[in-house]
Amino acid sequence: MNARLPGTYLLGGVRRLGSAMIFLVRVLIQCGPALARPQLLVMQIYNSGARSLIIIMLSGLFVGMVLGLQGYDLLQRFGSEEALGTAAALGLLRELGPVVTALLFAGRAGTALTSEIGLMRATDQLTAMEIMAVDPLRYVAAPRFLGGVIAMPLLAAIFSMIGLYGAQLVGVQMMGVDRGVFWSQTQGSVDLHDVTEGVVKSLVFGVACSLIAVHEGYHAEPTAEGVALATTRTVVASSVIILLLDYVLTAAFL
Amino acid sequence: MTGKPAVAAASTATAGDVVVAVRDVHYAAGGRPIFAGLDLEVRRGRITAIMGPSGTGKTTLLRLITAQIAPDRGRVEVFGRDLATLRSRAIYGVRRRMGMLFQNGALLTDMDVFENVAFPVREHTDLPEALIRLLVLTKLQAVGLRGAAQLMPGELSGGMARRVALARAIVMDPEVLIYDEPFVGLDPISLGVILRLIQRMNQALGITSVVVSHDVHELATIADDSYLLSGGRVAAAGAPAQLRASDSAAVRQFMTGSEDGPVPFHYPAPDYASQLLGADER
Repeated sequence: MNARLPGTYLLGGVRRLGSAMIFLVRVLIQCGPALARPQLLVMQIYNSGARSLIIIMLSGLFVGMVLGLQGYDLLQRFGSEEALGTAAALGLLRELGPVVTALLFAGRAGTALTSEIGLMRATDQLTAMEIMAVDPLRYVAAPRFLGGVIAMPLLAAIFSMIGLYGAQLVGVQMMGVDRGVFWSQTQGSVDLHDVTEGVVKSLVFGVACSLIAVHEGYHAEPTAEGVALATTRTVVASSVIILLLDYVLTAAFL
Repeated sequence: MTGKPAVAAASTATAGDVVVAVRDVHYAAGGRPIFAGLDLEVRRGRITAIMGPSGTGKTTLLRLITAQIAPDRGRVEVFGRDLATLRSRAIYGVRRRMGMLFQNGALLTDMDVFENVAFPVREHTDLPEALIRLLVLTKLQAVGLRGAAQLMPGELSGGMARRVALARAIVMDPEVLIYDEPFVGLDPISLGVILRLIQRMNQALGITSVVVSHDVHELATIADDSYLLSGGRVAAAGAPAQLRASDSAAVRQFMTGSEDGPVPFHYPAPDYASQLLGADER
């Protein structure tokens, strides 16, 4: 009864993408006025960034520790466990830092943004703003979007840093890789190109995640079910887009 | 309050007296026609009641007047300007001269009562903090909630939230104040308070008021003009007393609250007996 043709899904996806792009342009136009009100922006950086710190730091530590274990196990088979620092640093900076942070960001901050804006829609707060001649895109959407875009690269940097410490903890403290070798290998092999790749990736993921979260919330059906659905869509769409963009960006940087 | 009939008075009123004019408006949502040739006028300085059973498009009418939606056909004029011809900046200009009280208050949940009332002032003016404080406190005093300035919206009762929203709606001194179902779900005391506030705003500040509601008895005590909507158009217009004296079946059913009449008690359904006996249908 509910069977839909695959084409319907495709059309729905294309329509949603188009709507998100138009929304992006409208939000970008409002970003200038939003920047002129730093207190709103700071509040949103705090909400999306500072409040995600614990989960990002904890995850970073464990991902780094796993990387230390796996990396050590793999490298010692070839007798090159001193390359652990290089493997961990490059893996974190170029790949795991931006990607895992973005996935966590979508789950922690993205869902919060979507449900907050969706509930504002459901309780007429956005309409009330419009009636008060205040553009909700400027007051609600733009600061939240910008806040997410600014917070994401910072979180990714913190994730990579803690992750590297976690890899060092396992590799050097537990497995006995020489501390000096670990750090000098790391220092010697990481160059600006790797850092740029990480920063660009996390910035692009930040734009994608924040856009999806704000767009879904803003266009959520104003009911409990509608907000729940929008929140789910935020996580699903963000995750898929992050991994897809990651492939594209990795290919572009190699 | 003379309570002159709106339709008769409209012909003698000058154009400047009409603040909101809805002319032959047609509007359909999701394929379902809501308005089919709606005509009504709101005149300056009066309390105009718009009544009608649930689902007659009262809230839709407010969305048309505030330019949230556009009619399929016909014109909506506010302050003498056709809303369809205005660009978004001009629409915001029109909205700045209006205030609206939402059914649930629609207070911004991330700020306290004081900041909610101060919100439009901060957004639209560069007034110094001391003046904003003065302005907000006077408006809160007017609705009797100066003492609640530091509370968050979640800590307010339904009636209090609506009064805060009223303070916010009047803080920019609007010319027109629109009330969407202001009496729904209120206890008798809160209801009386809101009723007197609407009257006071109108008399003391000269604010033109549009009250959308289905609470016939409450409205009858304060409205100067009233319109009864039914079937997508105005079924009756005039002072509340005239509406009560109407001999139209639809108007009588609404004013007296009879169960059955032109608005049937039963939603359209298949035959009762055959549905009960049919085993395979829900």
